[in-house]
Amino acid sequence: MIHIQREDFDVGAELKKLATDNPKIGGITSFVGLVRNRSETEAIQAMTLEHYPGMTEKALEEIEAEAHRRWPLEACLIIHRHGRLEVGDRIVLVATASQHREAAFESCHFLIDWLKTKAPFWKQEETLEGTRWVRSRAQDDAATARWIKEEPSS
Amino acid sequence: MKIFYFAWVREKVGVKEEELTPPIEVKDLNSLIEWLRGRSPEHAAALADTRIVRVAINQDYVAGNHPVGPKDEIAFFPPVTGGAL
Repeated sequence: MIHIQREDFDVGAELKKLATDNPKIGGITSFVGLVRNRSETEAIQAMTLEHYPGMTEKALEEIEAEAHRRWPLEACLIIHRHGRLEVGDRIVLVATASQHREAAFESCHFLIDWLKTKAPFWKQEETLEGTRWVRSRAQDDAATARWIKEEPSS
Repeated sequence: MKIFYFAWVREKVGVKEEELTPPIEVKDLNSLIEWLRGRSPEHAAALADTRIVRVAINQDYVAGNHPVGPKDEIAFFPPVTGGAL
């Protein structure tokens, strides 16, 4: 399940919904991404996330389908916000549910790594100096690359 | 042909999207970029260095040169920076 939205989300309510009506689910792993108060060099006041409507949904659906191919998942949820967000605000929720914990842990980690390098989102940070587009980081590509080499253990 | 620009590429071009009819010689990405650069100094600045601009055709990432047609949706943008850090 993919949601691209401006509004905040309720993590507890979303996780509860994910497990409803599926008694095979034995565990859920979730990752919540927040707006942090610092970039590499300076303090951040807020950020604005721009995305490519249409392609974002398509890219996230492909990433989700890939997770389902690699791990025996019972359910999967990605919520990604866009628009202006302030420090401490939730940006993204990735939740994966499976019968056994390994698949949920590994696929959640996989999804957030892939999402960072594949989903068409761009961050513009607001600092006291003004606004600035965030550059992509080579280490994100490296984090994604590790999933290309590794086979899931399930 | 529908063209979209995002993030700083959009800011440099000055528009978010445009509906364009390039001349028939424009058959691939390389010739499209060359033609777009000639439209205005803003386009030229935004598309000056294609090593730092990513491209999607019909909402799929493409790398290198690629054929383009009148019905295609082409997007130019910086490398993506979504998710949490």
